[in-house]
Amino acid sequence: MSADILLWSVTAAQAMLVVAMGCYAYRLIRGPRAQDRVLSLDAMYVCAMLLVLTMGIRTGSAIYFEAALIIGLLGFVSSVALAKFLMRGEVIE
Amino acid sequence: MTHAAELPAWAALLTSALVLVGAGLALVGAIGTLLFRSFFERVHAPTLGTSWGTGAIVLASMVFFSVLGSRLVVHEILIGVFITVTTPVTLMLLARATLYRDRAEGSGSVPARPAQRAGGGRDDGNGEDGR
Repeated sequence: MSADILLWSVTAAQAMLVVAMGCYAYRLIRGPRAQDRVLSLDAMYVCAMLLVLTMGIRTGSAIYFEAALIIGLLGFVSSVALAKFLMRGEVIE
Repeated sequence: MTHAAELPAWAALLTSALVLVGAGLALVGAIGTLLFRSFFERVHAPTLGTSWGTGAIVLASMVFFSVLGSRLVVHEILIGVFITVTTPVTLMLLARATLYRDRAEGSGSVPARPAQRAGGGRDDGNGEDGR
């Protein structure tokens, strides 16, 4: 019984996260300017990280934690690099 | 989902509620990104998902693995702290870059750059007024 509740709520949460990623993808494609696209990409990284974490709850395996940590790290680095590029036109000066 | 069969009911309910709250906050933030009109409003929306959206899902994961393994599992805090620290840095850099770009192309939607102080710090051209 409790496992069923958990299964359904995790499935619903994953569906919500996928819809959120869809919203960000729309903004990524449509977004009027470059900074909207960078913002959407950053938020999509966070959504993907949350999706991996809920996948870890679903399967009960701890390996997903490392994957989520790496996704969060790479998302930060790439977003900072893109913001820097928007500011200066080059990433490393 | 056979691994969760021995999970007590209170832990399953708590994990379910936290996961749903976290994903719901992330979804609300994403919808906000679609609805807001200007970039400077839109830059606030994803922080719903990065503050308590992440916090709730990380808490759910901690509760789940702690009860399942019958020992305290707290390494998920690492993700929560990391996201909490890095999101403001990213978004502030992005907002400053946007301000600089808007001023550089002379769109009237952002306030003009305030006059430089007499002493004048270094002018790094990013639109900071050096307060």
